[in-house]
Amino acid sequence: MLKLITVMMAAAVVNNCVLSQTYGICPFLGVSKKSDQALGMSVAVIFVMLMSTAVTWPIQTYVLDALNLGYMQTIVFILVIAALVQLVEIVLKKYIPALHASLGVYLPLITTNCAVLGVTVDNIKNGLGFGEAMFNALGCGLGFMLAMLMFAGVRSRIEDADPPKCFRGLPITLIAASIVALSFLGFAGLFS
Amino acid sequence: MTKLQNLLKGIIKENPVLVLVLGTCPTLAMTKSMSSALGMGLAAMAVLICSNAAISALRKVIPDKVRIPCFIVLIAGFVTIVQLLIQAFLPDLYVSLGTFLALIVVNCIILGRAEMFASKNGVVDSILDGAGMGLGFTLALLAMATIRGILGNGTWFDIKIPFLCDNPIGFFSQTAGGFVVFGTMIALVNYFTNGKAIKKTEFGCNGCPHASLCNKTECAGVEKKEGENA
Repeated sequence: MLKLITVMMAAAVVNNCVLSQTYGICPFLGVSKKSDQALGMSVAVIFVMLMSTAVTWPIQTYVLDALNLGYMQTIVFILVIAALVQLVEIVLKKYIPALHASLGVYLPLITTNCAVLGVTVDNIKNGLGFGEAMFNALGCGLGFMLAMLMFAGVRSRIEDADPPKCFRGLPITLIAASIVALSFLGFAGLFS
Repeated sequence: MTKLQNLLKGIIKENPVLVLVLGTCPTLAMTKSMSSALGMGLAAMAVLICSNAAISALRKVIPDKVRIPCFIVLIAGFVTIVQLLIQAFLPDLYVSLGTFLALIVVNCIILGRAEMFASKNGVVDSILDGAGMGLGFTLALLAMATIRGILGNGTWFDIKIPFLCDNPIGFFSQTAGGFVVFGTMIALVNYFTNGKAIKKTEFGCNGCPHASLCNKTECAGVEKKEGENA
């Protein structure tokens, strides 16, 4: 159990999927303007990450590896994730409309979120077992949420700043992201 | 638009990284050294040319409603081909690109060009567009890798830079340094084009992964604010 928690914490803070492995920069820059949007997006990402790990790990182990089709990994995983996102959307719409109303807009964005595909591929590449893979996915999702929420707070301050004209908009946002990323360097070496 | 313009627009005017700000994940991750930046750029360019050609050839066959899944399957197929070729012939590069090779599938540049250009234009134009955009992506990666490699590692390809290779500034090879270099380069492009480069809204929101969320207001809002101050 301790090992699983270590895997999760390491994925969340030390190897933070956004600020250290640079997965999912698009939503990190695109959806972090308001903290409620950032929260919604992160919850949707955690949800899809766990679901897709729970599905892709058995597929890789019991279907692709068993049939020597390892090279089909990329095609199969992206299709599974795309289908899963569609399925989750339909199920939520039918049975939990309240949750669909708050998460619905974020779900289509997640298909092309490299964090989800990246984590599922990395789980296989690093040879994690099923339990470890699930905790790694949860940790990555939590790390994504932490980075998004922190950055949403920083961005609300940038709105009031007055940088030189050519730095306005995205460039100054990236510089701020760098400072947030720098703060995560403080976790380096923990849980190793 | 002439054929030459189709090829050249991707290099500066509609540069996918520095002007349209697509494909940021590989840009930040793969620019720590020149060789991985070159490998990533060329791999993405190969996939972009092939997928643009295939999608443009099939544009009348693919039903409009399921076009995105069809595009993704086509792109994933080409990525797998490139993956297998690199694994067989360039094993060192395969290791240094790692997971990001598979992540070319979800690179917004490729899906964006499929949606914006290849699904509306002929095969030859689409191939030229793919080559131009791929070239723009590669050149932007190389420019960033030059800065980050020289400052952060003291090397450019295998050439050692005197003084810096003994005293590298480690910050620049970290992700945090990548953000700074990326932001500064976009600011430089803004400065030199003086707002004449294509706006993201002109490029169209259909290629943007966040279109459904911002209702086409986000980029427009930013541009407007800049215009007011000009």
